[in-house]
Amino acid sequence: MADLRELYQDTILDHSKKPRNFREIPGATAKAVGHNPLCGDRVTVYLRLDAGNIADIAFIGQGCAISKASASLMTDAVKGKSKSEATRLFERFRKMVTGRPGDPIDASLGKLAVLSGVCEFPVRVKCASLPWHTLEAALEAKQETVSLE
Amino acid sequence: MARKDRMAKPAKMLLNVPAIQADFPILKRTVRDKRLVYLDSAATSQKPKQVIEATSDYYSRYNANVHRAIYELGEESTREYEGAREKVADFIHAKAASEIAFTKSTTESINVIAYGYGLKGKIQKGDEILGTVMEHHSNHVPWHFVKDHKGAVLKYVDVADDGTLKMEQYDDLLTRHTKIVTVTLCSNVLGTINPVKEIAKRAHEVGALCVVDAAQAAPHMPVDVQSLDADFLAFSGHKMLGPTGIGVLYGKAELLEETEPLLGGGEMIREVHLGWAKWNDVPYKFEGGTPNIAGAIGLGVAVDYLTKLGMDAVRAHEMEVTQYALEKFDRLKGVTTYGPKDVKRRAGVVSFTIEGAHPHDIASILDVEGICIRSGHHCAQPLMERFDLPATARASFYIYNDLDDVDALIAGIKRVQEVFA
Ligand SMILES: Cc1ncc(COP(=O)(O)O)c(C=O)c1O
Repeated sequence: MADLRELYQDTILDHSKKPRNFREIPGATAKAVGHNPLCGDRVTVYLRLDAGNIADIAFIGQGCAISKASASLMTDAVKGKSKSEATRLFERFRKMVTGRPGDPIDASLGKLAVLSGVCEFPVRVKCASLPWHTLEAALEAKQETVSLE
Repeated sequence: MARKDRMAKPAKMLLNVPAIQADFPILKRTVRDKRLVYLDSAATSQKPKQVIEATSDYYSRYNANVHRAIYELGEESTREYEGAREKVADFIHAKAASEIAFTKSTTESINVIAYGYGLKGKIQKGDEILGTVMEHHSNHVPWHFVKDHKGAVLKYVDVADDGTLKMEQYDDLLTRHTKIVTVTLCSNVLGTINPVKEIAKRAHEVGALCVVDAAQAAPHMPVDVQSLDADFLAFSGHKMLGPTGIGVLYGKAELLEETEPLLGGGEMIREVHLGWAKWNDVPYKFEGGTPNIAGAIGLGVAVDYLTKLGMDAVRAHEMEVTQYALEKFDRLKGVTTYGPKDVKRRAGVVSFTIEGAHPHDIASILDVEGICIRSGHHCAQPLMERFDLPATARASFYIYNDLDDVDALIAGIKRVQEVFA
């Protein structure tokens, strides 16, 4: 049985109530806006890139607990990483949230593993991945709004 | 716990809810090991076994195309299909069954009106179409087409903070340029029941037509197209115990005559030649192609079911459940409900928000408790913008819901508040 606590673990609640890196970056080198029209979630991701590395990352926006916590955890996870490391981390993250309950979790995901419960709630996968899609767009320096439907 | 073991509420219910619940096979199932508490009938209703059996009966006993077959089976299917049309006509008090065309949905019905009467028909550049801010997207977007292709001007009556239409503004916007007024009889977000009879009367005074979206009204309250003096009216079978994929377009006979069909093909023609065709009579000219025969028959049985309960009793029951829910909601701290407070002015649709909890999280947590509600913009983005809300949670009630379901909802909301405390 899917347990409420699997989806809303303390870490997730903590990150959604007190999101880390929740700010703008003045003079950001890259920025992208993600929007999920279905639920009205909206996130803006700011990056300061330095020689292909994510020197600083922050976000602002409004959304559900899952998308907010995911954005917050993401910023912590990719700060200091190279672009390609961040992209690979997104791949593994995507695999986890679209996987089956009970699948082994890639140890390199670290704290992001708290979002593994999302895979039991397929309709929430988009909430968890919206920040990552937005980060990807910012890394690729796409200008348009990412829209997930 | 099985439903019949549970104690009945002391309150007098106007419908025999346990007997009704027994007719709905889906209510016997569990969701995530919990009793199913279905509070999303505004999106689509559940189906009683009578409707399910009627559609499967059609396929297993007399499946044949309608209006064409010379043999017995085809006569039976045509009789049942046309019988359903008559039941629907009676249900909304149309003058004749020929004023009822079957479509696939409210959405299709409104598109037929916008296209066939507006875009291809009477509407000229500069003509005004007057809608409201509380419409469902399906009563917005088809009119955008008329604006884009014909140069019609779209205007909208705003919604007051209490969820009712600003009727003084309606009077101001209504002019001799207004050709169509289009309004929902009942809002799918606020539950507001609009004074459509008055709206139609004033529209007629300036020579405009009144188009009525009855998607949320036909399932829940008596609808009388003659008393409303509606010119066109649309609703969907799936929200009123019927199958998906069947909808109704009502139009006054002379207006249906003036409306061009949307779908060309079989069924809708009298004669076809190379390069031109003569159309069939109303309402068949709107039913191009093989129709949803099982859907129409199922809808006919749904209408029988509702008629047997009595639409007055259905409405009274929902008022009682809604009143109980609003009182319970009122006592919750940090929870806001939207729409009129007076149940006489609203239907059993309750949109709400909880401080500190996003509607998606509310819906997920309730889901774990076996409670199905809606979250999001409810296909009414202009209305959400009006109230500056990215999303709301929405519970909606129907004949199979009782006060226990409301209690379950309220307990679920408290659980949400605990999680996000
Ligand atoms: C008020 C209103 N109008 C129109 C519709 C569209 O109905 P359908 O999707 O069946 O075409 C709905 C359904 O959500 C509704 O609530």
